[in-house]
Amino acid sequence: MSEIQLVNPPQGHEGQGFFATRLDQVIGLARANSIWPLPFATSCCGIEFMATMGTNYDLARFGMERLSFSPRQSDLLMVMGTIAKKMAPVLRQVYEQMAEPKWVIAVGACASSGGIFDTYSVLQGIDKVIPVDVYVPGCPPRPEQIIDGVLKIQELIKNESLRRRYSPEYQRLMESYQLQ
Amino acid sequence: MNNAIDKQTVLDRIQAQFPGIILEAGEPYGMLTIEVAREHVSPLIRFLKDDAQLQMNFLTDLCGVHFPDQPNRELGVIYHVHSFIHNIRLRIKAFFPISDPRIDSLTGQYAAANWMERETYDFYGVLFSGHPNLKRILNVDEMDYFPLRKEYPLEDAGRTDKDDRFFGRDGHEGIEFEKRVDRQ
Repeated sequence: MSEIQLVNPPQGHEGQGFFATRLDQVIGLARANSIWPLPFATSCCGIEFMATMGTNYDLARFGMERLSFSPRQSDLLMVMGTIAKKMAPVLRQVYEQMAEPKWVIAVGACASSGGIFDTYSVLQGIDKVIPVDVYVPGCPPRPEQIIDGVLKIQELIKNESLRRRYSPEYQRLMESYQLQ
Repeated sequence: MNNAIDKQTVLDRIQAQFPGIILEAGEPYGMLTIEVAREHVSPLIRFLKDDAQLQMNFLTDLCGVHFPDQPNRELGVIYHVHSFIHNIRLRIKAFFPISDPRIDSLTGQYAAANWMERETYDFYGVLFSGHPNLKRILNVDEMDYFPLRKEYPLEDAGRTDKDDRFFGRDGHEGIEFEKRVDRQ
């Protein structure tokens, strides 16, 4: 008997030879368990992320085996580390190059709020330039915390309406960041 | 071939070549330090580099300083030169008014001066005459001020969730200025 656990199917009606459920639930399930993360690691939080991807913590357990180093093929932007103001346009460009649907996780104090860098040269949180879905606190956070943040992202993805990206709220959010 | 030279020899040699150039000399923390007028920096450093006896042919560092309470000598550039042969270092200071922040570039003598002078321009607005490419090097190109000049706040203007108490900024103005100045 294999110890591998499969994800549970969404709620639905099961009968002989058929299973009926909502399409957005199925798509959410598929998306949530096959996220391709793009690591945008600039400092010590990136080191914690390396531990998170390593064998001890093994982020691949959550369907995140495939790191994408091209923004065009990734779903989840993981910003880990201090973002200097000079880096901000680069980060924004990377975000713009990602295809919808896309999610962003800010790992650590610096990415979330500038952290200890209360200074003119550091962006005071990446949410000044791109929208963020989940913030992971810590300086740097432990791998367990990063995994917790990723699981929160998975919950968001599972329960996201297929029409969310077309909603007026989402359009307004994008407009507030001057994004298309 | 041990022809070690001491600090007095360095001073005497400079004095003999450029009489009256040294405005002030001292040894803070054991490092030989002289102050000269800004127009003398470039010829002096060229002499130190080419002189067969001193052979101070390594420019260790070059940086700016800003002392707002020194009238007409608010801005300065500090040079460190090193003689590997004699293992002796010399710090050269030059001050000038902030309204006219000009000094000659060393890029003709040391290629290493190129980036260091750009950095000094970037943070203090010192204009190095003769520099081939004097533009910002570390800060964003759009920055319209010189962030390490003391009239500008250190904090980001867009800070929203920073609590001053946790950054040592609860009302006091920072370390007293007098205590920081390296008086000789």
